[in-house]
Order: sequence, then structure tokens, then C-alpha cells
Amino acid sequence: MSAPTSLPVAGSRTPGPREPFPDAARRALADEQLRHNIGHATKTIREKRARVVGELPDWEALREAGRAIKERVLRHLDDYLVELETSVQRAGGHVHWARDADEANRVVGDLVAAHGAEEVVKVKSITTEETQLNEALAERGIHCWETDLAQLIIQLGEDSPSHILVPAIHRNRAEIRELFMRTLDEAPDDLSDDPRALAEVARRHLRRKFLAAKVGISGANFAVAETGTVSVVESEGNGRMCTSLPEVLISVMGIEKLIPRWQDFEVYLQTLPRSSTAERMNPYTSLWTGVAPEDGPREFHLVLVDNGRTNVLADVVGRQALNCIRCSACLNVCPVYERTGGHAYGSVYPGPIGAILTPMLEGIDRAGSLPYASSLCGACYAVCPVKIDIPRVLVHLRHLEVEHTAREGGLRARLGPERVAMRVMAGVFGSRRRYEAAQRAARLGQWPLAHGGRIQRLPGMLAGWTTMRDLRPVPAESFREWWRRRSEPGEDG
Amino acid sequence: MKASLFITCFNDTLFPETGQATVRLLERLGVEVDFPREQTCCGQMHFNSGYADETVPLVRRFVSVFADSEVVVAPSASCVGMVRDYYTDVAERSGDEALKEEVRALQPRVLELSEFLIDRLGVEDVGAYFPHQVTYHPTCHSLRILHVGDRPLRLLRAVAGIDLVELPEAEECCGFGGTFAVKNADTSMAMLTDKVRAVLDTGAQVCTAGDNSCLMHIGGALSRQRAGVRAMHMAEILASTDEVRP
Repeated sequence: MSAPTSLPVAGSRTPGPREPFPDAARRALADEQLRHNIGHATKTIREKRARVVGELPDWEALREAGRAIKERVLRHLDDYLVELETSVQRAGGHVHWARDADEANRVVGDLVAAHGAEEVVKVKSITTEETQLNEALAERGIHCWETDLAQLIIQLGEDSPSHILVPAIHRNRAEIRELFMRTLDEAPDDLSDDPRALAEVARRHLRRKFLAAKVGISGANFAVAETGTVSVVESEGNGRMCTSLPEVLISVMGIEKLIPRWQDFEVYLQTLPRSSTAERMNPYTSLWTGVAPEDGPREFHLVLVDNGRTNVLADVVGRQALNCIRCSACLNVCPVYERTGGHAYGSVYPGPIGAILTPMLEGIDRAGSLPYASSLCGACYAVCPVKIDIPRVLVHLRHLEVEHTAREGGLRARLGPERVAMRVMAGVFGSRRRYEAAQRAARLGQWPLAHGGRIQRLPGMLAGWTTMRDLRPVPAESFREWWRRRSEPGEDG
Repeated sequence: MKASLFITCFNDTLFPETGQATVRLLERLGVEVDFPREQTCCGQMHFNSGYADETVPLVRRFVSVFADSEVVVAPSASCVGMVRDYYTDVAERSGDEALKEEVRALQPRVLELSEFLIDRLGVEDVGAYFPHQVTYHPTCHSLRILHVGDRPLRLLRAVAGIDLVELPEAEECCGFGGTFAVKNADTSMAMLTDKVRAVLDTGAQVCTAGDNSCLMHIGGALSRQRAGVRAMHMAEILASTDEVRP
């Protein structure tokens, strides 16, 4: 069983760098239960996604449309945001702007306090995980109940999410049964680990909360600038309960989550369910526009959160990360995520998208190891329904990280073995004579390492290679020497 | 047809037999091969490791070395991917309009071996003979940067005597990723373990691919495990005939 992590998460108010990815990954890789749980879950959803995506003959056109719409949003974000504000107000809602996590949490806390609520129910929302809303409300004596089943499991276990869509993907049902027995009064003594029985316990627990709550809190998958409509896309129906039963609804949304027109749903309601849960259509798509006189909440507030997003927008290569519709297809296909799980990324945004988003939201100094947490295999880009070229952004962030370290790291960083080696290699490749001399030097220099036609141990920073791999020694003749010998037989090779 | 060989620094130094096989194969198919001697490295290692400034002169060097080549062929999808995909970014970064133009002009003329054979020469059966059981690992950059598709498999299927066995979970990365294998050695090893298990499950004697970097990774583990399975570049299989065996 994996231990709850105490790593700082994105938007965390505790400053300081997070644990480097290779160290966190090493621990996760040794956890057999975690490896089994995540390996099994990602493989299942990966295969299912491939099947339902394969059914659509216009899948590539949908991806391109999804990308193009988001690109337009980012290009005109200022105009669209103001349009959204006007539309929401016109429909009877209130709009609040929040520069960062603290401001967003304060706005929500003030609204909840103004209605005298001590308990609120919440739809699963990554943005409020990012701002650590639950913790901020708790400081003001307000308890926020998570109502998404997986998110409830996380909350009850005092754990943190390890997947964007399936936050408790690292838990199996035996672990969940044990957790429910320990934490929920509704759990009978003979509770089995049958998923249906587990869901029934959670259902009874949540019904009480839904019926009692005066305030509901949600995130937003989309908000339409043209109409002011906000949307949550989900599977369980618990989100629908939160957005329709309480008197007051507060939706917290990142500023990039808007789409220009109602018609744009056409694209995303096809691509999102297929990419996330591998369903043709998700069971519940809730859409609300301000308040209606005889239905749903009496009061609606939309909190628009920046929290680093305008920094991402300012990066011309990296801004495509703001296209993300949080489907998590990139996590499910990522060979690194599949083996390390989400906690190793130390952020509410794990996997490939997290490896680019976290360093941009928080600053490269706080997450410098994340852009290297990838073999650049490109599986993420191939499945992304909004065509975020994640490998390209990863490489771009590596450039920023190298520059940052050179600038801020002092003499020690500038004289680090990797940097020195890269400099020397750049010089070697810059001239044929130096390059050919280096080839000869490598051949001569390897003699202490090569035994019986193999190199089984390398020194220094290369030692990781020979932990489980041999290396073939540099052969006696390079290709170019062979070529020269062949084409100019008289000349000395 | 004339073609310039871009051997790649990696093959030049560590896998000369792949370069020799490529030359043998192309000449057998009637291609006039030249080897511009001034070539060194395409810059992929520097670029992917974060050293963008150091990459710019290497890109300059590459485009000037191959400027006059009708077509450039390389037995490496990864290095061709660097040229065709990422050279645009490097040129952009340099801010040098002339370099941008040179890169744009050269890119479509740089081809990976299977692309050259099938798209330019129009051959699938290259007249090879290789009577062994072989499994093919499609490397990430060949699949997802160059989109070579089944070109390598079409070439391999046409080899006389070959017993080609399908690799399970073939499109999964082997975990090499350049400096990733060293910087995230533990994760890389976990990926490599699964790839090696898949290779061994096939029962093949030879694991082949279009990139020696990935093959060095997979082959390194096969060698350490004394698995009795050989990693061999696709070019060497395609070059072998009844008379000439690798």
C-alpha cells in the first residue's frame, strides 16, 4: 500500500523546491502494489480509448478543430473573458476575478461565510485542488465535502490525487474497503470489496451531504463566452447534485477554460469523453446559464482564476499547454507515468501535461526536474485531443532550465559535469579534426573499462547506464576510417 | 540516383557495421553513394538535453555540409527526426533568416533509410537473404516524428528466408530517450525490463529496429542478461545476401 504523500502540490503555499523527480520516482518504482494498480488501470483505459477513437473517421479533423478553437481563445483571451463576464452577469450570475490561489480561496471563503454555511459540497475540480481550496476553507472552519467517489476516497484517506481523472487510480478495491470501514459510519460490518457495495456505502454517505448543503462548489470544464453557460462533464451524477441542489453555486475556473461559442461544444463533447473515460458520451453533461427563476441555485458565482496562467500565456512555445481540457489521455499512454504513478510528479497535474504545466505555472526553479521526466517518446502528443506538442514543450523547458541554472546556479552549477561535458562535446562536433581525434581518443581511453568485448561498469554520471546494461566498446575502426580506406586505398586510414 | 550518406556520429563511432551495410545495400540497388567527410553530429543530444545555444552551430554545419546533396539518407530515424522536425525550432531560435531558409530547403531532402528505399527508390524487395527469426521494434521517433508507418516491416517481410515474429506492445518506448536513460535511470530500467521481456517472449534470435540508439539500449540489457538474442540494425538485415552475411 502506498503511503500518503506530503509533497508540495502545484499552487502550494509552502515555498521551496519539490523533491526531484528521479528520487520520487525511485520510491514509486519500488512499490509493487502501486505498479500493479496503475499498470492495470492505464492499460485497460488505453486499449478502450484506442477502440472508441478508432470509430470516428474524422478524429484527426476533430483534434485539429479542438486545437484551433483553443488557439483562438488564447489569442483573444482578454476579449473573450470580458465577453464571458458580461454574458454571466446578463444571465443573473456574479463574476469574481482572482489573481492567484489565495485570492480565489478568499473570494470563495467570503461567499460561503456570508451564507453562514459550515459545510459545503464540491464537484471534483482540479483547479480547486491547485488552489488548495479545501485547506483554505478548513482554516476558516468550513468543511468541504468531496462528492466525486474517487476524490472522496482521496479525502477520507488524507491522500493526494495521483491522476487527473481518476484521482485514486493508485488504490485498489481492497484498500478502498479498508478505508471505508475505518472512516464512514455508513459502512456495514460485513462490507465486501465488491465495487457495487463500495459505491452503495459512498452513495448513502453523500446523499446526506447533498440534502443538507446550502452551498455547492464546482470547477468548470468549459464556459461559453457568447452565452455565459458553464459546463461540468462527469460520469457519476454527483456533480449534477452539487450544481443543482444547493441554494448557492460557486464555480471556480481557470481563465483558459472558456470557449467562444455554444457550437464549439460540438467538438469537445466528442473528443473529451473518448479521450478521458474512453466513452462515446459521458453520462452527465451539466450546463447552466446564470440563474433560472424556478430551477436550480438561487445564486451563482463564477470565480475566474489566473494563478500563473498568464505566465504560461506569455511563453510562445509553452502556451499551447493552456489548450488542455484535462482529459488525461496523455497520462494513460505515458510509459513514465504508467510506472511511477502521479505522486512522483509532486503536483496536482501529473504525467506529461503536468511535466510541462507545473514548471510553467510555478516557475522552472521550483520544478526543474520535471521536463526531464520523459523519454520524449511522443505517445502523449499522438493521443492529445487538442494537439499539445508535449515533447516540443518539454525540450523547450529543458532549454529554459539549463539557462536558468547557468544564470542562478553560480560557479558550481556552471562547472557541473554535464554542462562541462556538453560544452566539450559541442566543441568536438564543431570541427572534423577534433571530432576524428575524439573518436580515436575514445577508442584508446576505454581500455580500463572494456573486458571480454563488454563494458560492464561506467564511472560518474554514466554509472546509471551500466546498472542493467552492458555497453559495447568503441570498435577498432570508425565508419569514416573504413570509407577512407575503401575509397582511397593508398591513403593512410 | 545519387545520395549522400548522413551516417550520424553515433553510428560512425559505435556502429560502423551499420554504415557499411547501408552503403552495401544502396550500391547494390544502384545508388551512387557519397559521404561528405565534414559531417559530425546533427545536434540532437545537445538540443534534447537543454543546450539549445550549443545546437545552433551544429545545425549551421549540417546544412552547409549537405547543401549540395540531392538527397540525404541516414540509417537513423531519430537523427532524421531532429533535422526534419526540430531544425525549424533551432533556426527560429537563431533569428538568422538565411539559416531558416537553408533549413527549409534541406529538410524535405533528408530521409530515413526505409523512407528512401520505399518512397524514392520504389523498392520493397531489396534482394536480401536472412534465414533467422527476427522481431522488429518500431522506434518512437520513427513512428511518432517521421511517421514511417509499416515501411520497415514491408522491407523486412520481403527478405528471403526471414521468419518475422510480431513484438507484443511493439509501440511502447524502450526507455532510452538519450540522457533520460542516465538522468532517470530507474524509470528507464523499468521501461527497458518490459521491452526486453516482450522481445524474449517472441523467441526471436534477433531484435531489429531503425535506430542503433534504441538497439544499444535493448541490446545492452540482452547482453547483460546473456539472453542469447542479438540486437541488429535493420540495414544489416537488408544488406545481407546469400554471399554476404553480417
